[in-house]
Amino acid sequence: MADPAGAVGRPLPRSAARRLAFGRGKYADDLRFPGLLHLAFVRSPHAHARILAIDPAPARAAVPEALVFTGAEIAAVCAPWQGTMEHLPSMVSPPQHALAVERVVWQGEPVAAVVARTRAEAEDAAGEVAVDWEALPAAAVRERTLDADAALVHPGLGSNLCFATTIEAGEAAAALANAAHVVEGSFSFARHTGVPLEMRTVIADYDPGEGRLTVHGSHQSPWHQQDTLSRMLGIPEQLVRVVSPDIGGGFGIKLHIYGEEIAVSAVSRLLGRPVKYVADRMESFVTDVHARDQGVTARLGVDADGRIGGLSVDALTSLGAYGSYGRPPISEGMMTIMMAAGAYANANYQARLRVAFQNKPPSGMYRAVGQPIACAVAEQLLDWAAHAAGIDPVELRRRNYWADEDYPVKTPGGLAIRRLSPRQCLDRLADMMGYDDLRAEQERLRGQGVYRGIGVATFLEMTSVGPAYYGPSGARISTQDGATVRLEPSGAVRCVTSVIELGQGTHAALAQIVADRLGVAAADVGVVGGDTASAPYGGGAWASRGLTIGGEAAWRAADGLRANILELAGSILQADPAALDLARGAVCDRATGEARIALAEIARIGHFRHDMLPPGVQPELAVTRHYVPDAAPFALANGVQGSSLEVDVETGEIRLLDHFVVEDCGRIVNPLLVEEQIRGGVVQGIGGALFEECRYDADGQMLNASFVDYLVPMAAGLPDIHVGHVETPIEETALGTKGAGEAGTVGAPAAILLAVNDALRPLGARVTALPIGPEAVLEAVAGARP
Amino acid sequence: MKAPRFAYIRPDSLDEVLALLAEHGDEARILAGGQSLMPTLNMRLSRPRVLVDINRIDALKGIGLENGTVRIGALARHAEVMGSDIVAGNLPLVADAMPHVAHVAIRNRGTFGGSIALADPAAELPAVVLALDAELVLASARGRRTVAARSFFNGLYETERGDDEILVETRIPALGPGYRSSFMELARRHGDFALAGVCCHARVDGGVLSDVRLAYFGSDDRPRLAAGASAAAEGKAWSGDVKEAVKDALGGDLDPIGNFHASAATRLHLARVLTGRALDRMVASG
Repeated sequence: MADPAGAVGRPLPRSAARRLAFGRGKYADDLRFPGLLHLAFVRSPHAHARILAIDPAPARAAVPEALVFTGAEIAAVCAPWQGTMEHLPSMVSPPQHALAVERVVWQGEPVAAVVARTRAEAEDAAGEVAVDWEALPAAAVRERTLDADAALVHPGLGSNLCFATTIEAGEAAAALANAAHVVEGSFSFARHTGVPLEMRTVIADYDPGEGRLTVHGSHQSPWHQQDTLSRMLGIPEQLVRVVSPDIGGGFGIKLHIYGEEIAVSAVSRLLGRPVKYVADRMESFVTDVHARDQGVTARLGVDADGRIGGLSVDALTSLGAYGSYGRPPISEGMMTIMMAAGAYANANYQARLRVAFQNKPPSGMYRAVGQPIACAVAEQLLDWAAHAAGIDPVELRRRNYWADEDYPVKTPGGLAIRRLSPRQCLDRLADMMGYDDLRAEQERLRGQGVYRGIGVATFLEMTSVGPAYYGPSGARISTQDGATVRLEPSGAVRCVTSVIELGQGTHAALAQIVADRLGVAAADVGVVGGDTASAPYGGGAWASRGLTIGGEAAWRAADGLRANILELAGSILQADPAALDLARGAVCDRATGEARIALAEIARIGHFRHDMLPPGVQPELAVTRHYVPDAAPFALANGVQGSSLEVDVETGEIRLLDHFVVEDCGRIVNPLLVEEQIRGGVVQGIGGALFEECRYDADGQMLNASFVDYLVPMAAGLPDIHVGHVETPIEETALGTKGAGEAGTVGAPAAILLAVNDALRPLGARVTALPIGPEAVLEAVAGARP
Repeated sequence: MKAPRFAYIRPDSLDEVLALLAEHGDEARILAGGQSLMPTLNMRLSRPRVLVDINRIDALKGIGLENGTVRIGALARHAEVMGSDIVAGNLPLVADAMPHVAHVAIRNRGTFGGSIALADPAAELPAVVLALDAELVLASARGRRTVAARSFFNGLYETERGDDEILVETRIPALGPGYRSSFMELARRHGDFALAGVCCHARVDGGVLSDVRLAYFGSDDRPRLAAGASAAAEGKAWSGDVKEAVKDALGGDLDPIGNFHASAATRLHLARVLTGRALDRMVASG
C-alpha cells in the first residue's frame, strides 16, 4: 500500500507539459544531423496495379543530384516480413516488402524512394520518376470483398478471407427464439485512422565505420523497431539503436512497422549517410494504419423483465491489404465478438467473425481496438430492448450486470473477469447527470418540437495485455516493461524506463510512484526513456500499459532501491535496516518517524565516501526491475458514459450538450492524468461517432485525404466532459492500477449513438451507421415518416 | 509537401503590381493572405511561375465610409473587417457572416478581397456581396473598371477578373433605412465550408417585404442570387404560406452540386430550411 502521505494519488501538474508549452519540445523533426539527406517516396496512384517498369532517368534529369531506389533495389538489402501468427495457423497474411516490388495493393503504397539534398528537391525528383502501371481491379467495398467474383487483393491466397471464427456458448438460437422481446440491428462502423498531430518521422543514420545503425523516430515501440531493423537489414542487434524523442501523439498509429521507416534505414545503409523522412499529412492519410471498418448484425433477446436471454453477433471486418507485422490484424473483430455485452450476465451467445482484405492501407491498432464497436452494438440493443420491454434503459442495465457474487466470471464471449464495478459507476453517473431531471426535461421539450436525447452506455476497457496473448503468437514483442531507479549523489533520484512517453504524461506518473516508494517529492525524481541503447528492454506504449506494467516495474525497482538504501543506512547508523524507513527525504526511525540521517547524506557517502563504510559493504544505489503481468491476461477497466444532446430534425445537426464519464481504472496515481486521458479519449470517440471516416470510392481511391475533408472534432464544438471515479485496485500488482487511455474512446461513440436514437425515437427514426452526419439523420427522419 | 519552385516578387506600388500582372498573365498568382494559395502550392495542385506578393501595397488596405458606401480594401484582413465599427454600423450582414469565415488564425491572415477573387462557391463573402449588390473595382495596366457583384461570378473559381487584373476594393452600399439583413449557415463544424448558407437582404415595412435579395453559397458552382425565391417574397406580408412559396421557388433557382459531405438534394433541403429560418429571424429582428 502506498504511504497515505506519499506522492501516489496526488493531482500533480506534470513538468513536461511546461517544457512543451515553453516551446522546448524536441520532436524527431527538430533534431539536426550533419550531412543529412532527405527522402521522398513515389507512390501508387492505383489501389491495385502491376508495376511494369520504373524509369528514374527523368528524375535524374530534373534533379541531377537525386538518387532513386526502386522496390527491387531495396528488397535486395532488406528482407520482407509476414504478419502471420503462430497460434492462429488459419489466419493468412502474405509477405510484405518495404517498398512494393511487382504489384501495388493500395493507393499510396510506396514503390520507390528518392533521396536529395532537400525535401523539396526530393519531391521535385519523385514527381518525375516514370512508372509504367497496368491497373488491376480492386477490392474496395466491404460488403463485396468476399463475393465469388471479387477482385483478389492477393491472388496467391485464392480469396480475400484473412480469418474466420465463431463462438458458441449455451443455447443462443433457442434463447432468442423464446425471448419475450427480440431486438436487432445492422450496424456499420466507418474506416478511420488516428491522425496524431506529429506525423510519422524517421531519421536513420548508418555509420559504415562501425556498421552501426542509429534511428531516431516518432515510434511508440522502439524495441519492436530495433528487433525488426536488426533482422530485416541483417545488422547485429547491439549495433542497432532506436531512439524515440518527444512524440506528438500516437494513438496506436505509431506502434507499427511501416515499409517507409524500414526503407529509410535501408537507404541510409546503402549510402552511409543520415537520411530523413517525414510523412506529410496527405501521405499520413494513405499510409498510417487504418482501423474500425466493420459491419455488424446483432440480435438480443430479453424476457418480460428485461433480463438478457441470448445474444448473437455477426461481424465482418475489412482490413487493408496487409495486417501489421507482429500485431494481429484480426483484433478489431476479435475484440468486438469477445467483449460485446461482457459486463452483463448472459449464458447464451453466438458470434461469427470474418476478416477480409481490401485494396486499402494496412490495418492496425488504433486507440480502443474493436471495443467501441462491441460497446455501441450491445448498448444500442439494450436500449432498444428496454423500450420494447417498457423499462427505463438505466434500470434495465442495473438488472443485468453480473452480480458481485458471480465474480470471477468467464463470459460466454471468452472474457475472464476478476471483478467489475458497473453498478457503482452507473449510480454515480446517474447522479452526476441528474438523470431523472434530464428525462423530465426531455419530455417537456418534446412537446415543443425540441428533440433531446440521452444515452447511457456501460463500457469495458481491456488494458495492459500480457503474454497470454502475445507470447503464443510468436511475435517478437515484449509484454514486460522495465525500470532502473538510481540514487544520485545529491539524494535526487533518476528513473530510466522502457515506457515511451507520447504526450500522455506516463513519465510524470512514474516519478510519483518512485517518489512515493522512496519518501521523496515527485519533483526530486527525474524520468528518462526512449533510447533502446540505455533503457531497460520493454514493450513501449500500447494497450494502456504504461502504469499497470511499467509503473509496477518502477514500483518494484524503487522498492529494491529502498531496501538497498536502508541496508546502507543501517551499516552507517549501526542500526537494523528493518527498523528504518524512508520519508520526507530522510532515513527515519520506523517506529517513531524521527529523522536519523538525510537521504542526501546517504547518497554522498554511498557514492563518494566508500572509505567510511565497514569492510565488505558494497552500496548498490541503482536497481533494475522488470514486471510482466503474468497473473491475468489483461487488466479490465470499466465504467459508464452518458451523453446529452439535441438533434435538429430539420437540418440533421447534432448538438452535444454534455458528456459524462464515471470510470474505474483501479488505483489512480494522478487524477489529472486520468482525466486528461478520459477527456482526450472521449474526444476521439466523438470523432468516431460524428465525424471521422476515411472515404473511398469503389475503385479504392481515398476521397478525403486532408483535414479539409477528413473531419475531426474541434474544441469549439465539444461539450463539457464531466469525469467521476470509482477506484477498485487490481490485486495482482502492488500498485493496483488498470489502464485508462482507451476508456473514453470505447464508450463515447455508444453513448452518442444511443442518445441520437433516443432523440429520434418519437419520430420512429433510427441511425445505425457511424459516423452520424446530418445527412444520415435527415434520411432516417425522412424514411420514418409515412 | 513542399511547393515546387516559383519566382517571388514583392512590389511596393500598385503600378508595379499591374506591370507584373501584365507581363506574366496567367503564369502569375497574386499572394495576399495566402490561406488558399499556399496549401495548393504545397500540395502541388498549382504551379505558378511567379508569385506577386501584394502585402506591402497600402493602396489596397483599409476600410472607409463615403457617401453611404463602405469601401473595403482588397487587403483588409477578415479579422480587421470583423472588428470594424464601420462594418458593424453599416453592413450588419457582413458583420454577421464574419464569425463563420474559417477560424481565428485564418481570419488574421486571410483577406476580404482574396476570398471574393478566389470565388470559392462554399465561401461566405462572395454570396454576401451578391446579396448587398456590391461593386467590385478591378485594376490593370489598361485602366480601372467597376463590375457589379452580380456580374462577377462566372463559375467554379471563375470570375470576370482578367489575368492581368487585380481586385482593388469592394464597394458596398450601407444598409438603408427600413432595410434589414440576415445570415445563416450550416457547416459540419463551425468554420468549415458550408453545406448550405443564405444571405437575406430586404426592406421590411410592417411585415411586408420588398427589394428582396436572397443569395446562397455552399450550393451551386458559384454564389447564386435566387431570383425566383426573392420574387416569391417580393411585396408580400411575411407568413407561413409565403415562406413555403419562397422555399418552393428556391428549387428553380439553385442547382446544387453534391459531394460526400451532402448530396445535391440534401443541400437544397438545407437551403430551404435555412431560408425559412433566416427570413423568420429577419422579419422578427425589427
